[in-house]
Amino acid sequence: MARLRLQGIEKSYGNVHAVRGVDLDVAEGEFTVLVGPSGCGKSTLLRCIAGLEEVDAGTVTIGDDAVNNVRPRDRNLAMVFQNYALYPYMNVRENIAFGLKARRTPADEIETRVRRAAGMLGIESLLDRLPRQLSGGQRQRVAIGRAIVRDARLFLFDEPLSNLDAQLRDEMRTEIKRLHQELGKTMIYVTHDQIEAMTLADRIVLLREGVIEQAGAPLDLFERPVSRFVARFLGSPPINFIPGRLVDEAGAGLAVRCGEDAVFALPPERAAALASRAGSDVILGIRPEHITGRAHVGGRRGHFVPHRVVIDLVQPTGTRLHGTFTLAGIEVLAELQAHDVERPGETIEVLFDMQRAIIIDPTSDRVIQGD
Amino acid sequence: MKRRRRHSTALRFAAAVLLLVVFLFPIYWLFMIAFKTPEEIFSSPPTWYPASIQFDNFRGLFKSGDAKTVFNSLFIAGTSTLIAMFLGTIAAYSLARFRTGGENLAVWIISQRMIPPIAIVFPLFLLYVWLGWVDTYHGLILLYTAFNLPYVIWMMRGYIEDVPLELEESALVDGCTRWGALLKVVFPMVRNGLFATAVFTFVFAWNDFIFALVMTRSEVTTYPVQVTHYFGAQSNFWAKIAAMSVLGAAPVFLAVAFLQRYLVRGISLGAVKG
Ligand SMILES: Nc1ncnc2c1ncn2[C@@H]1O[C@H](COP(=O)(O)OP(=O)(O)OP(=O)(O)O)[C@@H](O)[C@H]1O
Ligand SMILES: [Mg+2]
Repeated sequence: MARLRLQGIEKSYGNVHAVRGVDLDVAEGEFTVLVGPSGCGKSTLLRCIAGLEEVDAGTVTIGDDAVNNVRPRDRNLAMVFQNYALYPYMNVRENIAFGLKARRTPADEIETRVRRAAGMLGIESLLDRLPRQLSGGQRQRVAIGRAIVRDARLFLFDEPLSNLDAQLRDEMRTEIKRLHQELGKTMIYVTHDQIEAMTLADRIVLLREGVIEQAGAPLDLFERPVSRFVARFLGSPPINFIPGRLVDEAGAGLAVRCGEDAVFALPPERAAALASRAGSDVILGIRPEHITGRAHVGGRRGHFVPHRVVIDLVQPTGTRLHGTFTLAGIEVLAELQAHDVERPGETIEVLFDMQRAIIIDPTSDRVIQGD
Repeated sequence: MKRRRRHSTALRFAAAVLLLVVFLFPIYWLFMIAFKTPEEIFSSPPTWYPASIQFDNFRGLFKSGDAKTVFNSLFIAGTSTLIAMFLGTIAAYSLARFRTGGENLAVWIISQRMIPPIAIVFPLFLLYVWLGWVDTYHGLILLYTAFNLPYVIWMMRGYIEDVPLELEESALVDGCTRWGALLKVVFPMVRNGLFATAVFTFVFAWNDFIFALVMTRSEVTTYPVQVTHYFGAQSNFWAKIAAMSVLGAAPVFLAVAFLQRYLVRGISLGAVKG
């Protein structure tokens, strides 16, 4: 177990600048998830930590040691690869024991450790099989077993679940979370699946084109994104962006006006913070679950602003109902309750929770925090 | 329907047997001569098989020292195969994994193999005379190694590229050195290809005539060169030719028989699948 510190990491492949100055501190025992769209440099960063790539600039520190010039084997990490990377000519037992053997662990200790790891993952009965005789989920378990059997300082996962089907992925996600709690090891986990990121992470690091866009606790990123990019990346169905303008009409306090007739007043403390921006164009970012039907606000806290809309598309999901309406020329999705709308074309009143909405500067795509 | 199918199977079988007889007959004849007495060899009409199996022809080869040429061949071909396989495999690894020489070096290397031996044998001979390497083991071993290396590099590069990079990286993280990963992960995965390549390399050196003819005198004569000594202006030593040919064919037959499993997979599948 160890603290990991990255300082000013740079990595290019030819003229592709994959990682551009990443600084990151990972606390001992923390579960850190690297997310971001395809090609943003997640794998590259992970490989730099593992020592499979040399960094062009910056330092990688594990524990108290700068490991830039340390070979992968001497960094004492364990890594799980996307395609499992099981040795096809070795059975499950030999696969799991491989790292221990390479480090000359005594045979009887290898046996106990392999048994224990297999026990944790529920694969004791598979120990004598070859990888090709296993299902995808079983292979992934073996790959994870190969990592946890070693007493590594740091665990790295590169999209370990992306080759599994949805149900298995849910199962394995829970398993990995449980393993982290049992082992208490520092883990760094790469994914581009935002649900994995939200559910697993103590801390999410969102990468964009090789730089950290935002890092923090999952709910931090979800509730207080710093940019349009972060807001859109997290949350499903995705957040709505509605163009508008900050106005202070008739002294009623600061509000966002979208299109002709929609005016959404901001709660007083936010209005005060944004006062200096009055008159400027903004983008209103609001998540579908923060546009609700009248009947369901109940005791929830928030600053609800009513608006009448024509729902022109209805998608029931069971308890919820996704209703689409048009505002300021944009299709907006609202997460209503079942039976809020019976059929398309109905006009209903929805409530915009302006406490939770975010205001984005359209030129920089940054969230305006207020001053 | 059923009847017709049985007919066509029988026909195919008959055709296969016929072809086998046609193609195997010369080899059969050669082997039979090797075990015949001189009288039998020249008897007319010819006999189909020796009256009794006797080894006089072979005994003669060993007594006169001619059989030593087979051991020369074994030693030279074997050693040069080992060296070429070792150097070629690590060079191929470097080409495949570190992109040594970019895209073009590998093609340039294999193009070396396309030089006709006859085109370079005389300049090489002059060089060897100057170096004093004519009629030496190391001279011939070096020559075969150099000539086989491009082939080994080319083949092994293909096999190594088929090994998923992640396997090796996983081994590196798990605690192997580069050499460890090469030995424990890459090597087992390219084993079939390695054996197949080694057999072809060996067979080239084993069968080579032109280099051996020019570069040897008496000390390190190889068996193909020795066989030509039996064709005379006055008469041919059929018994010696046949016995020597049997000795010369045996190692290749044995190698192919023992390594058949690897050969078939190595040649047809690529190293990793299956
Ligand atoms: N070996 C390489 N050679 C050249 N370019 C590379 C190499 N590896 C990665 N890249 C480039 O570096 C950038 C970052 O790649 P990386 O694999 O880190 O992305 P990623 O975030 O892991 O994406 P994904 O989610 O698709 O796995 C990409 O533009 C990619 O094309
Ligand atoms: Mg990746």
